[in-house]
Order: sequence, then structure tokens, then C-alpha cells
Amino acid sequence: MNLKDKLIKAFQETESTLSFQKERKDSIRRLEEFGFPTVKDEEWKYTNLLPIIKNEYALSASESLISKNLLDEYILTETETNVIAFVNGEFSHELSDIDTEKITLCPLSLAEKKHSTVVQNYWGKALPEHPDSLVALNTALSKEGVFVHVPKNTVAERPIQIVYFTTNISSDLFLQTRNLVVVEENAQVQITERHQNIDQKEVFTNSVTEIFAHDNSLIDFYKIQNDKRNCSLIDNTWVKQGKNCTCTVDTFSFGGKFIRNNLSFLLEGQYSESNMRGITLIGVNQLVDHHTLVDHAVANCQSNEMYKGIFDDNAKGVFNGKVMVRPDSQKTNAFQSNNNLLLTDSASIDTKPQLEIYADDVACSHGCTVGQLDDDALFYLRSRGIPFKEAQAMLMYAFANDVLSNVKIPELKQKLNRIIAEKLGVQIDIEV
Amino acid sequence: MLKINNLKASIEGNKILTGINLDVKPGEVHAIMGPNGSGKSTLSSVIAGREEYEVEDGTIDFDGESIMDLSPEERAHKGIFLSFQYPIEIPGVSVSNFLKTSLNESRKAQGLEPMPAGDLLKMMREKMELLEIKKGFLSRSLNQGFSGGEKKRNEIFQMAMLEPKLAILDETDSGLDIDALRIVANGVNKLKSKDNATVLITHYQRLLDYIVPDFVHVLYNGRIVKSGTKDLAHELEEKGYDWIIKEAEQL
Repeated sequence: MNLKDKLIKAFQETESTLSFQKERKDSIRRLEEFGFPTVKDEEWKYTNLLPIIKNEYALSASESLISKNLLDEYILTETETNVIAFVNGEFSHELSDIDTEKITLCPLSLAEKKHSTVVQNYWGKALPEHPDSLVALNTALSKEGVFVHVPKNTVAERPIQIVYFTTNISSDLFLQTRNLVVVEENAQVQITERHQNIDQKEVFTNSVTEIFAHDNSLIDFYKIQNDKRNCSLIDNTWVKQGKNCTCTVDTFSFGGKFIRNNLSFLLEGQYSESNMRGITLIGVNQLVDHHTLVDHAVANCQSNEMYKGIFDDNAKGVFNGKVMVRPDSQKTNAFQSNNNLLLTDSASIDTKPQLEIYADDVACSHGCTVGQLDDDALFYLRSRGIPFKEAQAMLMYAFANDVLSNVKIPELKQKLNRIIAEKLGVQIDIEV
Repeated sequence: MLKINNLKASIEGNKILTGINLDVKPGEVHAIMGPNGSGKSTLSSVIAGREEYEVEDGTIDFDGESIMDLSPEERAHKGIFLSFQYPIEIPGVSVSNFLKTSLNESRKAQGLEPMPAGDLLKMMREKMELLEIKKGFLSRSLNQGFSGGEKKRNEIFQMAMLEPKLAILDETDSGLDIDALRIVANGVNKLKSKDNATVLITHYQRLLDYIVPDFVHVLYNGRIVKSGTKDLAHELEEKGYDWIIKEAEQL
């Protein structure tokens, strides 16, 4: 049985036990009708999903445990945080460390019972009316994930760390994870998220995150994508913003074999700001695809987009940045940049800015570059005694610096520095 | 210390150096002068090991050993320092981190432990004072947004930190106003000792009023066509290069 049929069958078997039955039913019909995207779809032209979906996956795995020590390798430990962890798709009490007086942080399945009004009001509401098959699939089949609710006038002092582990699985696994983040007026929160497989078996995750940023809120969301090389991830994030609020989503892609990020912002209130930044540093047989969309539906908003990619060996990168400025969205500022370093002849990047501007009093810019490391700069560093590899690494740090310097959690910045140094195979202690 | 014999080098098929002979001993200051395009910067790049240049013939020995097969970093570890005519801007790498990496990589190559942070900072402060560099300098991105004078001062600051045996200063005076020139020259003079040597590559005689050379060489068409004492530099200042070029072409 192919994956699509298997998913539909699984839906039919569990349908009656799930909430949001109508939405789920509509969604599974979309999958049924349109199937998985292929390279014939404009949005998937450079990213071939076929090798991933033709694999045989189980759709769930039995419960398992991982040790606290292992958890610590993948989270920030020196910063006071709230940790919400899942193993094989199930919430893990043992690993989670939630101490919240002012905010709500719990598994989504629990929120459906305890905070049903909020969940009812928001679940699925940031998604487009006609989502693509993968978002539809998640809507139809997702059962678990994270629920974050930050009430009005509340600053969530501790960053929230979300970790999805997989381990001890008997066969390759396809997971649907779902996050719902609601940040009320004048509230603030910082969130990190990662998906981490510990097993030799392959894991394919199709994730949907909805973020609601109400008036005057401030949200920083950091995605750390450094999974094992046998993992694939499709990360769909939909952000809806009210007035005068700032939402930032930074994506750091180092691991995994196949990553597709679909990141969309809808600016519905004036004087708001959307920031999206990313560092991609990948090598042999890896693919990272960033598809972003900013919809300036109202006037006087700003969006800033900065993606940096470093591609070694036969790594493949894709960037597609769409900015939509609606006819009445005057005084829009939209900036987009995508800079890439190709370290070898067989590495590649397909980059496409896509600006659709229907208002006439706006400032929009975009730029993409593809290049190699500067020989003059390399020689300069080497002439100061810095070995070739370290010199290369230093220049790559420098290249990625604009993105890293914006990370607001110091320990996270350090951790990312370490991951980058490790990826580059150097031991240099430079802070950027 | 540095012994260059019949050095010939080219880049992308263009012959730039056509037979250089140079002998630099500890404690000496040599000035290499010459018109534009004579091969001055190529010579400094080739000594420092820039790989884009192809050495076709000749030898370069440093402290009695050939350095022809050594990478730029290995030459730096042996004590060769090149001050760049156009120092490269590297955003995101601070001056202090760059220096720390540079110094500790050299120490590592010599089998030494990294310098303790406190000692390093103390050393940086001392050398900064020498070059009249302000405090906030260390945390700035390397050369980014630096004025011409700041870039050159930063080069000599690095030299002061790395304490090379042989310093090659490529057009260190270009783009400097008179105050900056005085500070840079003063720094270079203070760092001179009987054990190290300096090669000044310059277009103008001006720098040589501040750093007095023991020998002056004139480079033309990739060869040293005339050598002399500091008086030669004065003669060049007065009469230009034409007479030397004529003399050289007659030979």
C-alpha cells in the first residue's frame, strides 16, 4: 500500500476518536484529491519529495524512554527554561520540566480538555482556507504537540524548549506533530524547538505550528534543525500578527537529510514587524529548502528576511521568498536577502525572490548572492598563522554572523556556535 | 635570515618576477622601492606563500631552510609576517578574537600552550599603547569600517603581538596622514631588535625618513636593478626612476 492510501486508511480507523472532526475530514479529502506534491508543482520544482514518501513508514510507535542525561545534550541547561518533551509522539512527564505560574504550557491533547475554549478558538485558524496536502495531512492526523498560551500583559520569563524525540522504534516512522502558540495582547515569549531522532531507523516528521501574535506582543521562535542524517522534516509554520507586534522565526539547519521549511506570516494589524532569518550549513547528501511567505495585508508594516546558506560537497539548497504587498498596504517596508556560499562545484542552490507588490508607496528590496569564499581573505588569515581549515571556518562564521548576532538567548547562541564549529570540523573559540 | 636566489614567479602565465636575489640578515632594515608594476607586491606575496603565484625557478630560504613548500600559515609560524597594503575586512570576527586565534595557532605550532587570557589581555594593552590605539578597538570587527590609518595601525598592532622574525611591510605608508605615519613608524622602530629584520616595500621615500633603512633596492621589471644605502632613496626622490630604468635597460 502506498503512503497516501495508508494515511487515508489510518484516518478512517481513528476518525471517530478525534476532535475537530469536520476540519479533519475536509483535510483528508484534500490529501485524497491532490496527493503529495511532485516536482511538477511550482512550489516543489526543486525539491523532490518522492524518495521520502516512497519509503515504508509506521504511523506510530510504542512508548519509550530516554534518559535525562541524553536530554541534556539537546537542550539549554544553563538557562532557566521550561522544557516540554515528547518521545515517539507521546508527551513525556519524566523529561518535561514545566514550572509555570503565569502561562499555560502543556501537551495539546491535554489542552483540548482543560483549555478547550482557547483551543477551539485558535486551532487551524492561522492556516489558509485551502492548505497544501502536507498541512492538510497534519490537520487530519495530528494528535499531539505543544500548546502555549501566554495571557495578556504577561512576560514568559523562561524560554520554552520543545523537543520531539524518537527512539527504540521498530520500523521507520512518519510523525505528525502540531503546535499551537497563542500570545495575547502585550505579552512576550521565547521558544526553541527541535526534532531529534536517537534511533538507527528513519524518521519523517510533518509538523505544523500555528502562532497567534496579538497586539503589542513580542515573540521569538528558534528552530534548531540538527537531526540525524536519516531524518526528514517538513516544517510548516503559520504566523498571524495583530497590531504593533513583532514576531521573529529563526531557523538553523545543520542536520537531517531532507528539510523543507514553509514559513508564512500574515500581517493583519498595522505597525507590526515580521522577522525571519536562517543559517543553513549542510554537506554530503543533504537538502534544505526554505519557502517563505510574508503577506502584507495592511499598511505600515515591516518585514525583514535574511537567509544565509553554506553548501559543501553535493549539498542542495532551495530558497523561495515570496512577499505579497496588498493594494492598500501603503508604507510597507519589506527587505529580503539570501546569500549563499558554495564550497564545491557539485553543491547547488536554487534561489528565487518573488515580490508581488500592488501598493505604490512602499520600500521593498531583495537581493540574492551565490559565491565562494574570498581568496584574499583566506590568504590574509593564513598569513597570520591561522591554518586553512580554521581560516575557512572563521570566514564562514563571519558570513553567518548577521544571523547569529540576532539570537537573544546567550546560551543558545553559544550552542549554535559550537554546532557550527563541529560541523566545520574545527576547534576555534570565536564568538560572533 | 632570508635568502632569495634567482627567484622567478608568474601568475596566470604572466611573468612578474624575473630573477630576484636578496639577502636579509638579522637586525637589518631593507627597503624595496620601484615604480608601479615592478613586482614589489608580488615579491611580498610570494615570500608569504600566496598560492596563486607560480614559482618557476629559484629558492627562498629562511633561517637556512627552504620555505618553498610551506603553506602561508607554516611560514607565519616560522616568524614571517606580511603587513598588507589593503588589509581585508572581516565582519563578525573581532580584533581580539582574531588576534587570540592567530597567536595561539602560532604557539600551538611551536608546541606551546595557549596564552592565558589574562596575559593575552595585558600584552594587547601594552601593544595598543605603543600604537596609540583606543580601548574600544578590540571589540570591533576586523578592519570593518576602519579608516585607512586604522587599518595600517591594526596591521602593525598584529605584528607587535606576533613578534615575527621577519616583517615585510607592503606599502604601509600609503593612505596615511603624517600623524598616523609617525605613529606607525614609531611602532615599527620600537619593535626592531638585533634579532629581527624588516623589509619595507614602498613607492615613496617619505616612510624612509621615519624608518631608516640599511639597504635600499630598486625593483624594475621583476628584478633588483640597483642596490645602495639610504642615499639611493634620496636620489630617487630627487631624480625619479627614469635614470635607473635607462641604466637597467642599457645593461
